[in-house]
Amino acid sequence: MSADRETLRVVVIGHVDHGKSTLVGRLFHDTGMLPDGKLEAIRAMSEKRGMPFEWAFLMDALQAERDQGITIDTAHIWFRTPERNYVLVDAPGHKEFLKNMVTGAAASDAALLLIDAVEGLREQSRRHAFLLHLLGVREMAVVVNKMDAAGYSEERFRTIQRDYEAYLAEIGLKAQAFIPISARNGENLASSSAAMPWYHGPTVLQQLGRFQIRAPSENRPLRMPVQGVYKFDDRRIIAGRLESGRIAVGDTVLFSPSNKTTRVASIERWQANRSAEAGAGESIGVCLTEQIFVERGEILSHVADAPVETDVLRARLFWLGQRPMGVGSRYKIKLHAAEATATVQSIERIFDASSLEEVRGGAVEKNSVCEITLRLSRLVALDPYDRNAVTGRFVLVDDYDIAGGGVVSMEGYADQRRVTTVRATDITAVDHGVSLVARTQRNGHEGGVLWLTGLSGAGKSTLAVALEAALFTRGYQVYVLDGDNVRHGLCADLGFSPEDRAENIRRVGEVAALMAGAGMIVVTAFISPYRSDRDRARKAADTRFHEIYVKADLAVCETRDPKGLYKKARAGELANFTGISAPYEAPTAPELVVDTGTKSVDACIDDLVAYAVKAFKRQG
Amino acid sequence: MPYCAEPFRMKPMNHLDQLESQSVYIFREAFATIDRLAMLWSLGKDSNVMIWLARKAFFGHVPFPVMHIDTGRKFREMYEFRDRYAAEWNLNFLREECPSYESTDPTLPPAARSAARKTGGLKAALQKHGFKGIFAGIRRDEEGTRAKERYFSPRGENGAWQFRDQPPELWDQFNTDFPDGTHVRIHPLLHWSELDIWRYTQREGIPTVPLYFARDGKRYRSLGDQDITNPIVSDAVTIDAIITELENTRAPERAGRAMDHEAEDAFERLRADGYM
Repeated sequence: MSADRETLRVVVIGHVDHGKSTLVGRLFHDTGMLPDGKLEAIRAMSEKRGMPFEWAFLMDALQAERDQGITIDTAHIWFRTPERNYVLVDAPGHKEFLKNMVTGAAASDAALLLIDAVEGLREQSRRHAFLLHLLGVREMAVVVNKMDAAGYSEERFRTIQRDYEAYLAEIGLKAQAFIPISARNGENLASSSAAMPWYHGPTVLQQLGRFQIRAPSENRPLRMPVQGVYKFDDRRIIAGRLESGRIAVGDTVLFSPSNKTTRVASIERWQANRSAEAGAGESIGVCLTEQIFVERGEILSHVADAPVETDVLRARLFWLGQRPMGVGSRYKIKLHAAEATATVQSIERIFDASSLEEVRGGAVEKNSVCEITLRLSRLVALDPYDRNAVTGRFVLVDDYDIAGGGVVSMEGYADQRRVTTVRATDITAVDHGVSLVARTQRNGHEGGVLWLTGLSGAGKSTLAVALEAALFTRGYQVYVLDGDNVRHGLCADLGFSPEDRAENIRRVGEVAALMAGAGMIVVTAFISPYRSDRDRARKAADTRFHEIYVKADLAVCETRDPKGLYKKARAGELANFTGISAPYEAPTAPELVVDTGTKSVDACIDDLVAYAVKAFKRQG
Repeated sequence: MPYCAEPFRMKPMNHLDQLESQSVYIFREAFATIDRLAMLWSLGKDSNVMIWLARKAFFGHVPFPVMHIDTGRKFREMYEFRDRYAAEWNLNFLREECPSYESTDPTLPPAARSAARKTGGLKAALQKHGFKGIFAGIRRDEEGTRAKERYFSPRGENGAWQFRDQPPELWDQFNTDFPDGTHVRIHPLLHWSELDIWRYTQREGIPTVPLYFARDGKRYRSLGDQDITNPIVSDAVTIDAIITELENTRAPERAGRAMDHEAEDAFERLRADGYM
């Protein structure tokens, strides 16, 4: 036996009282792993409580667990076969201790899911499998226990197998085996059972040997979340663990979200090999050729295949919090080494993880699963979960408690790297010879941006054009920017993907800011569905920016459908269509709301003109 | 420094490399998120490995105090070891006293009362220095209640372990937020086994107290206070021999630690009160 033997971590899960701890205890005994004196100790504990011999006492170390005959917290126990080493993780099956089950399962490579042959499928049998899927454990087998109590009935076993296979298929899981056992009697555990000659599959021990270990992948793009920047001696070391990929001295590397690029001068280790390379799974340090400012929470990658930068994300999440989660709830999000404040922007779906049924109601209760959109207080670097598990999952902290865990999807949201990156750094602003005051006096009014946002069909273009005319006749310098006049020139190279739409809005925001700086009033008419895009436009024009929410229900807009776009979107002919297949994030604090759903066009224009007259004061 | 030169492609990570990398990750997370840290050094094989891993994490440095809660009843060899390596490893070393036997909970069995002195010493030290995070070198495979521990294990106001209601811990996202007046125990060796510790000690050439090696047919497998620790029968005089012995034994590691065996719940009560 050598130190090179691999170790597989297997979690044992399932409904309360279906025999998880018994299976583990018995497996230990049957493989000769029970320490000396333990069998006698368990017998004594059982007799003291007036119980028959209780295998579960091996794992249930707490007094409260033994007294109540229930596993409260996850325990880890080591055992080995001639082939490899195992850590068995015994997880509680009681709903109240779901957080402990999640803790155990999240640390495992594989799972054995137990079902009582007599009781059949129960609430936690389903919920545990669903969480397994969400936690990323794919290697699993189902063990149907207490076959002795079910008369070793093949029919009973097949019924459970059929029902459960159907459920697993629904959530995208597949069991590698269904094994009928009696944990108490040690049947089909370490050796085959004579009582079930109809079963020809593996024993539990054989199945354990078939599970594969998930290893950090060297073949995927490089990701090293920065855990810290150390300067204990004359070196400045960027410390972290390679979650995927490889790195070598001389590589050009990119830090996200700060978007800084430099080269690797050395790879640092203490009392180890001096290799100029490192691979996935290693905790290392990196010294850089330039002393750039890098912080904990950034991701080091190569320039190609960089992570996504975003301040908004979609997630599938399980909730363990005592307090329900609602729209507007704020938490601390911890994602690899990054932290930010996360606000629940919307809750798309809540469902019961045991029945897979959608739950009505606005709040996410403890132990349920949901799909939500989170808005973060700052940009972070991440990956969608299906591209990189480690940089694509997170926890939410409510006060002092980890209250939920989720996996990231970026569906419908753009990578914001392109729109935030300042590529040219050698530009110095030219001082204008003409002052803003002089421009204001010449024009007779201040410049600014009236940014109209709303669903397609809400009336943005109609209002923008009418407002332009009304202000022009009153003597204002005013101009409308809309899809027609920018898409043909300024943004002719852009399509309609989330990335291109973000870039389109970025350019419009910048152009509008320039024109406002020149003293003009600019009216823009774009759906501009993403809050982060509008925030960026606001940043460009600064105090001259006025966000105007042109409000109308989706239903109203869909009946208007001036360009027939909703019809096409409903027919699936238009992808990423706002309101149908892509989100619309309504403004939280617009300067003005015009409700075209309840007011006439004329009344709305009156409101707009009144607002503009007040906002852009007459001068001279 | 003794490096093994291997200029090009390296071997894939083995089991010990993985354990090491995980411990280093935990050290760095704690260092980044918790303000006042200290490490407990019991002078035993596990905490020596723990110091070594901290130096791996911080490139030869241990950037927090290393504290020995001294019962005054350790073996002479342990004190010699401590004084030598505190200097050699350039540790920011602290020695703290323990309260008297008489001041411990009289309802505990005698050996457990001896052990409880250490809890008292730790609590006093926490108060004195205001530490918010304490690294302790416990392992899950040592004992049943330790098998249920978290890497980051929050403690209540008087250091108590709320083992009936531990917070979840997943995906290497640790609990690093705590109310005032509480602290967290950090367990960088939780996932190591006794055999792993010895194999790693051998591979890395980490010094150990000589009491672990057999003399006159006996050796200590686990080290505690002189009066409550018993040696085992063994002729293992090298780490290789210890590894072979452990691969073939079915005796539990802490069989020689009297406080574990006086009553079914003795150790659980010690730990609930804040023992390591």
